[in-house]
Amino acid sequence: MYKVSRWSAVSTQTVLVGWAVIVIFPMIWMIYSSFKTDQELFFSPWAPPMELQWDNFARAWTKAHVGDYLLNTLIVVIPALLLTLIISAMAAYVLARFEFVGRRFLFYMFLSGMLFPVFLALIPLFNLVNQLKMLNTFHGLILVYIAYSLPFTIFFLTGFFKTLPTEIEESAIMDGANPYQVFFKVMLPMASPGLISMGIFNFLGMWNQYVLPLVLISDESKYMLSQGLAFMLFKQFYENDWSALFAALTIIMVPTLIVYITFQKQIQDGITTGALKG
Amino acid sequence: MRRNKYGIILPFLAPALILYSLFVIYPYSQAMYVAFTKWKGLRKSPRFVGLDNFEKMLGDDKFWNALSNNLIYLFVLPIVTLGFALFMAFMISQKVRFNNFYRVTYFFPQVMSVVAIGILWSFVYHPTIGIFSSLLKAVGIKNPPVWLGDPDTALWSIVAVTVWQSAGFFMVIFMAGMLSIPKSLYEAAALDGAGRGATFFRITFPLLWENTRSSLVFITVIAMDMFGITFTMTQGGPDRSTDVLATLLYEHAFLHSRFGYATSIAMVYFIIVIVLTLLIFRVTRRETIEF
Repeated sequence: MYKVSRWSAVSTQTVLVGWAVIVIFPMIWMIYSSFKTDQELFFSPWAPPMELQWDNFARAWTKAHVGDYLLNTLIVVIPALLLTLIISAMAAYVLARFEFVGRRFLFYMFLSGMLFPVFLALIPLFNLVNQLKMLNTFHGLILVYIAYSLPFTIFFLTGFFKTLPTEIEESAIMDGANPYQVFFKVMLPMASPGLISMGIFNFLGMWNQYVLPLVLISDESKYMLSQGLAFMLFKQFYENDWSALFAALTIIMVPTLIVYITFQKQIQDGITTGALKG
Repeated sequence: MRRNKYGIILPFLAPALILYSLFVIYPYSQAMYVAFTKWKGLRKSPRFVGLDNFEKMLGDDKFWNALSNNLIYLFVLPIVTLGFALFMAFMISQKVRFNNFYRVTYFFPQVMSVVAIGILWSFVYHPTIGIFSSLLKAVGIKNPPVWLGDPDTALWSIVAVTVWQSAGFFMVIFMAGMLSIPKSLYEAAALDGAGRGATFFRITFPLLWENTRSSLVFITVIAMDMFGITFTMTQGGPDRSTDVLATLLYEHAFLHSRFGYATSIAMVYFIIVIVLTLLIFRVTRRETIEF
């Protein structure tokens, strides 16, 4: 296009490489540190481990309950995610494709949920979940996760359904399909790109959610992953098993990294198209 | 063709409507009332006290301290994060070598849990096991800062982590905008002899208006929140130097059971977010350039 001098090309690369190192190095440091003993951690922070301490991972998994936290998180996130997608798709389909009294009102009512910071609802929500006897239960947390994922997911999917062509739907109706068959057999498969975007977006949101479980789950055996990690950190001040905590972080970060690298295109698209539409 | 359409509308809307009304609308509307009550714990019931909570807030040093920390974030984060993100987005969209690698790498912290990031960085900053302090000692600095342990450096250490986490996300948002700018504009600019700087300020930046505006709203929301990172890294300390409205209201609510007062702080938090969002949309409203 236009001339870029050699000097500026070199300086550009220097800045870009520099930032890449700043982003990556803390994670590499964490991964190799998680194989060190506590002594090595304290006396030579930069050095690689002398011997690989696999036991750190065993302690993190069992003694520090990372395995349990991981399981708890899956028990909550998988149903919450699937239900969010199906419930939102149903509502979005109706809002996008049918004319009825109050349609615009309902759409904006769902939309308004995106305006409010969760902190405003926190105490009444805590009170409500308590009254429903759902504090410290997985189903309580699942319902709350779904409810707070609805506004954005419905908003996004309504837009998505509006872009889909009507001909296929109409010909299915001509062929005698009932509305339910039209939705589940025709519309849902056609909406799968939108569902995938929202699936990724909500999965990350739920997987990394911290404030809601912090308030709604206080029973240690039912902690979510992020909560359990924070709990481990706070415990270090009297337990001093730093190497297990490094190992726990590695256990959590490496799968995230692998999933991210595999699906990075979809993940970036899911998050940014999501963000730009909101 | 739409015979009996309510036979599908009602059952399809019902689950979303029920969950949303119960767990979202109801708590938010209750909060509007709770903010004007004294409510000490779940066993008691809220008692209406009018504007007492807000009056108390005016004379509450902890509140002003937390708010001023939010204001620092609101001022610093947009400039540093968005400026840096924009700069990198421009560099990378120039088709430099390895641009895909950079894009994937820079974005990664965005998908990590904020708790994992908080813990990772409290290790990095740690005075004995951390890498910063030992690096500084190695180059001859006898008493390196204790970062998170010192009220003078703690807030800035958190700023650095937030930039580290979110710059890649905003970079990708800006890149999405840059990709939609037609090449012909750049070619015309090159023919006119425009250099990199002129191209950026005359063409790229003005055409990124929409992306800049959404980015400003997002970074405002981030700067007002800051809960996860603060709560894991410093719990608002040392000496409340990193306390923000979210951590302060959490403390009032779940450590001292001051539900009414905590909700009134949340109300102020909410009003600030809304006002700033409207302001951003107001100030940045102008003709979107069609191309």
